[in-house]
Amino acid sequence: MAFTDEQIERYSRHIILKEVGVKGQKKLLNAKVLIIGAGGLGSPAALYLAAAGVGTIGIADADEVDLSNLQRQVIHQTADLGKAKVISAKETMEAINPDVKVIPYRTFVSSENIEDLIKDHDFVIDGTDNFPAKFLINDACAMAGKPFSHGGIIRFQGQLMTYVPGESPCYRCVFKNPPPKDAVPTCKQAGVIGAMAGVIGCLQAMEAIKYILGKGDLLTGFLLTYNALTMEFRKIKLPKEVKNCPVCGENPTITELIDYELTECDGAI
Amino acid sequence: MKITVSGEVKEYKDGTTLKELVAAEKVETPEYVTGSVNDELYSARDFEGIVLKDGDVIEFLYFMGGGSYNGIY
Repeated sequence: MAFTDEQIERYSRHIILKEVGVKGQKKLLNAKVLIIGAGGLGSPAALYLAAAGVGTIGIADADEVDLSNLQRQVIHQTADLGKAKVISAKETMEAINPDVKVIPYRTFVSSENIEDLIKDHDFVIDGTDNFPAKFLINDACAMAGKPFSHGGIIRFQGQLMTYVPGESPCYRCVFKNPPPKDAVPTCKQAGVIGAMAGVIGCLQAMEAIKYILGKGDLLTGFLLTYNALTMEFRKIKLPKEVKNCPVCGENPTITELIDYELTECDGAI
Repeated sequence: MKITVSGEVKEYKDGTTLKELVAAEKVETPEYVTGSVNDELYSARDFEGIVLKDGDVIEFLYFMGGGSYNGIY
């Protein structure tokens, strides 16, 4: 595949980087990333992956754009209110970069569909809010041997970690089971500063890009936390492996996907 | 003894358990936090049995949602 003149110009700031070059840009154009959730985290991740020329981007969400989303879900605009988020996101991404093929999946993830959703993608970005979905994404990725980035945000805090099968602990190694309903604050109850979604979602996009390029160190074996009020990033080391992890450990006890009862917000966060 | 809690060196009395530390540090949602002691992970239900030692490095890992939830997954 030879680049057109337009592509050489569009990606010139990438191509000039020794870690990317023509070869790396081709990898990006051939890559397939799935973003689950077209909201706070999914928006910045989707914008930067599209701009970067990630050739195929799947995006899954069943929601419509709501006014309370626009404070942080920057892929959607006021004119998109009421529109399916995945369609709004697709339009924005394709307007930024016509090289990118966006595949909208207007659905929430469940044990019924997640294996099909992730199977054709190289990397998965968890941009969901609720813990049943986060555990489902983790378990499905661990079982399918698919790398993914976990992200979470609340108030002025955010965090992320990257899972690469066989190389790093998974989300369940760290967080065992979803918390019961209302046990931990949610964005709707607690609020979230909009730019936090930008910071963490962009870092998730960065992990996907580095994974595709095969360059640099991923956030595997670490949880990166960011506190905007104290302006501190902390990279918390995790164990290399958790042998008794019920999903990725030596003797897995969770071998089928679980649809946990919804324990999250009732409305858009 | 001196222990490092979330990156800060602090003085605690010998024999302090992880459960006591969680209370003293006013950790949010203490029942659902994961504790890391020298890179080993512990669930909240194990905290009472973890007696901290001089030089231990402790981190707390919190559940954090985020993104675009508005419906039923």
